[in-house]
Amino acid sequence: MERTVLASRRPAALLASLAAAALAWLAAYIALPDLADYLTYGLLGLDRASHLGSSVGFFLYDVPKILLLLTAIVFAVGIVRSFFTPERTRRALGGKREGVGNVLAAMLGIVTPFCSCSAVPLFLGFVESGVPLGVTFSFLIAAPMINEVAVVLLFGMFGWRVAALYIGTGLLIAILAGFVIGRLHLERWVADWVYQIRMGQASLEETRLDWEGRVRYALQAVRDIVGRVWPYVVVGIAVGALIHGYVPEDFMAGIMGRSAWWSVPVAVVLGIPMYSNAAGVIPVVQALMEKGASLGTVLAFMMSVIALSLPEMIILRRVLKWQLIATFIGVVGSGIVLVGYLFNAVI
Amino acid sequence: MANAVSIKVLGTGCPNCRKVEAIAREAVAELGVDATVEKVTDIRAIMGYGIMSTPGLVVEGKVVSAGRIPSKAEVTSWITTALSAKQG
Repeated sequence: MERTVLASRRPAALLASLAAAALAWLAAYIALPDLADYLTYGLLGLDRASHLGSSVGFFLYDVPKILLLLTAIVFAVGIVRSFFTPERTRRALGGKREGVGNVLAAMLGIVTPFCSCSAVPLFLGFVESGVPLGVTFSFLIAAPMINEVAVVLLFGMFGWRVAALYIGTGLLIAILAGFVIGRLHLERWVADWVYQIRMGQASLEETRLDWEGRVRYALQAVRDIVGRVWPYVVVGIAVGALIHGYVPEDFMAGIMGRSAWWSVPVAVVLGIPMYSNAAGVIPVVQALMEKGASLGTVLAFMMSVIALSLPEMIILRRVLKWQLIATFIGVVGSGIVLVGYLFNAVI
Repeated sequence: MANAVSIKVLGTGCPNCRKVEAIAREAVAELGVDATVEKVTDIRAIMGYGIMSTPGLVVEGKVVSAGRIPSKAEVTSWITTALSAKQG
């Protein structure tokens, strides 16, 4: 396989512009609380104690904050992702036995670039390479669920502990669910033609990206993701702001509070048919939490919405029979319910 | 059209695949070369090229890009290379 190195121009200039951008970002982030404060109470003259003032203050602070965080993290993750390709992941996973394979697949699922439209070619490629079915599933669960948008938003709204817990339990679910599915030996529920297909030999020259190429890739990811997601962030935060300002405390406690034991499974079931990207769901989640919903229940709801996505199920329907899809939903759903209970009990 | 450069865009229809197709067509138009741009959406055909992430780009039967949106400059250079290979 030939390797073509894209010529790099003026690496020093690149570094300088990146450093400048980082400084500008930091300055904006630090100035934000005071700026939002000034805009709401100073410029617009709203009353600090009023519902409207509270809502607007929340909104004007959170929207830029989240967008700034998103931009930074998507860029950083983009750089990390530029080092991984599905082809390399496939090679890394091919022939690994279960257990180890599940762990590796889940971790690789986080860093390998993945778009749900590639779910089918990816699935086929993995199967073709002798990656066990369960290991493939560990990858397919981790990749959409543990996405940087979700992690950033959780970090921005709940702090790093919750974000870390999300990543940790997400990995755990991906590993265990994939392992369980593998152990159930459900190969008979994969569409027959999948095992008959012969994948062509990749003639793709592996272009080793230089740093300029990586930065370009990461910037493209920022334009792509933030560009797609920002309306949801704005709407989500607006809804969250309204709840923050207007809904009385503990309103949600009865419905989504920890005392209602059924709230976790119900939240997960509700989340299955719903699909939203993380950006839309999390601001609402935060506001709900402020009003008494317990962390475990809302996180379970969020995971269910993101990880069990209807569009992706429809795409996978091409390669999986419905029994396998149902099993997939069942196993992952149960994992999420357990995590929900765990969170409620511990936090 | 016998000597047209054959370009295929591999993808199942997501926005990224359409972008790649648009870039390919633009590159062809700007170069003014004789080329056919074809969209391949059948999954089995796509698998035949040995890639796992769409969108993919194939120039004269060779996979030049997979899983990302190449820049117009890159596409232009691939077409030019393929063209000189054909004529040389």
